[in-house]
Amino acid sequence: MAISKVCGIETEYGISVRGAQVNPVVSSTMLINSYLGRSQRIIGWDFQDEHPGADARGFSLDDILDSDIEMHLVNTVLTNGARYYVDHAHPEIATPECRTADEVVLYDRAADEIIRRSMKSANEYLPDGAELIIYKNNSDGKGNSYGCHENYLVSRVTPFGRLVGEITQHFVTRQIFCGAGKVGCESPSMAEVDVPFQISQRADFFEEEVGLETTLKRPIVNTRDEPHCDPAKYRRLHVIVGDSNMSDIATFLKVGTTAIVLAMIEDGVLSHLPLIAHPVSAIRQVSHDPSLRATILLSNGKRATALDVQWSLFEAAQKYAVSHDLESVGNQSGERILMEWEQVLNGLEHDIDSVANVVDWVSKLRIVTGYAQRHSLTSGDARLKAIDIQYHDLRPDKSLAMRAGMRAMVSEQSAIQAMTDPPDTTRAYFRGTCLKRWPESIVAANWDSLVFDVGEESLVRVPMMEPLRGTRELTESLFNECSTPAQLISRLNLMSGIG
Amino acid sequence: MTERIRKHKSTPEVRDEALADENVVGSNGVKLKAELDDLLDEIDSVLESNAEDFVKSYVQKGGQ
Repeated sequence: MAISKVCGIETEYGISVRGAQVNPVVSSTMLINSYLGRSQRIIGWDFQDEHPGADARGFSLDDILDSDIEMHLVNTVLTNGARYYVDHAHPEIATPECRTADEVVLYDRAADEIIRRSMKSANEYLPDGAELIIYKNNSDGKGNSYGCHENYLVSRVTPFGRLVGEITQHFVTRQIFCGAGKVGCESPSMAEVDVPFQISQRADFFEEEVGLETTLKRPIVNTRDEPHCDPAKYRRLHVIVGDSNMSDIATFLKVGTTAIVLAMIEDGVLSHLPLIAHPVSAIRQVSHDPSLRATILLSNGKRATALDVQWSLFEAAQKYAVSHDLESVGNQSGERILMEWEQVLNGLEHDIDSVANVVDWVSKLRIVTGYAQRHSLTSGDARLKAIDIQYHDLRPDKSLAMRAGMRAMVSEQSAIQAMTDPPDTTRAYFRGTCLKRWPESIVAANWDSLVFDVGEESLVRVPMMEPLRGTRELTESLFNECSTPAQLISRLNLMSGIG
Repeated sequence: MTERIRKHKSTPEVRDEALADENVVGSNGVKLKAELDDLLDEIDSVLESNAEDFVKSYVQKGGQ
């Protein structure tokens, strides 16, 4: 049986400062510090178990990669269980571990609210006339990209080679509903005039089918093997191929459909489907064709549109929900994923305007086309590129996405609550609750452990190697019975830990 | 099981400046449910005034 698809999103945001010359590392640091200064005691990130160079294919680049520089940048963990830090030259928020796609949407929205609050605070420190602005996009239109990564818990038992082949068909084609849209083209081999508008922000940047890199020669399937939990049982599939979404439903579909496809791969029900013959060229072909009519070559020699491939995956998922169940993605969430998935594919096929309130690229394309028609602009006009960038502006008064009438899944009030409250359903509950109750006793934290200083001679590390232990259900009574962190530690010692 | 670790001398930086103003959320108040035409009617008042400069100056360092 497929294991629970514990999941989350890491978003690198675009950052610019207008009216002042500021290095992006400095402005990112300022953004985060001004938020932390207002909201909580800063808990440092614990790098003890970080191995970004470990490769799922069985070797390690850790000795070559230099993480010293990054370790000096601001890097903290929030009471909602998220990580907020400077990555390369971008502010980044990684959501807490979630049990369902609904929760990921909630914590993605909470991350956006954290950014908005951070922007407001940071701007109070800047001189008059200067403004720090954050964009939730993945490209500057000049060949520089920054990611929105997803993570999914998968079983170590599933052969990695089969997983790569079978998930690639989804990664190449899911962009038709979760692509964020882009004016122009950054693919080195294509002229911009040939691609005035494309479906995905990221597709131009993928050059390999599978590999460890994330900043150069990006692969469609990333092999970073850093599970942040029991490595004997689990992998964390680190997905770098997606776009940041402004639309809640697009985020829900991106994470939800991927979680179901991964569950089907674990349960071995996709072996009847042909694979994509040339994934790297196919991902660009699909992105460069908003008409959705282009066909890509499959491993059985036939050709199919991205919609055809998605319908095959959807139909397999429908059968899978009956033959197995959708408990690995949460049954209730799973039903909604299937419903939205079918609806969006139908809309894309028969009446594309009907999904403009769900699919970011369709929404953006309508604005770009409508504006070009009104003002008789031709492709390449800077105003159309400005619309593209401003679609992703996170300032409520400037964001075009927030004016486009997208269907919301999360109320502003819930998002604000999720800025500080962890999800109940994973070990993030334990992490966040400890940080809320005893911030002065926690020296450092990371995904799979907390380090306490309870006034004894040595520090105490509490490992959390099971993502589904440390939930509210399993630890709430423990928290109620402990009034000090020292009590918590001694109780955990008696009950042999949290996981 | 918990695990004992040797204590470092330095303690983490603590920020506890009492910053009063907590209710600063930029609200979604201006979020409009307008249809495309409404959006296009008002878009010029929202778009950055010099599109050419704005697009040219939007340069990011590469990330992951």
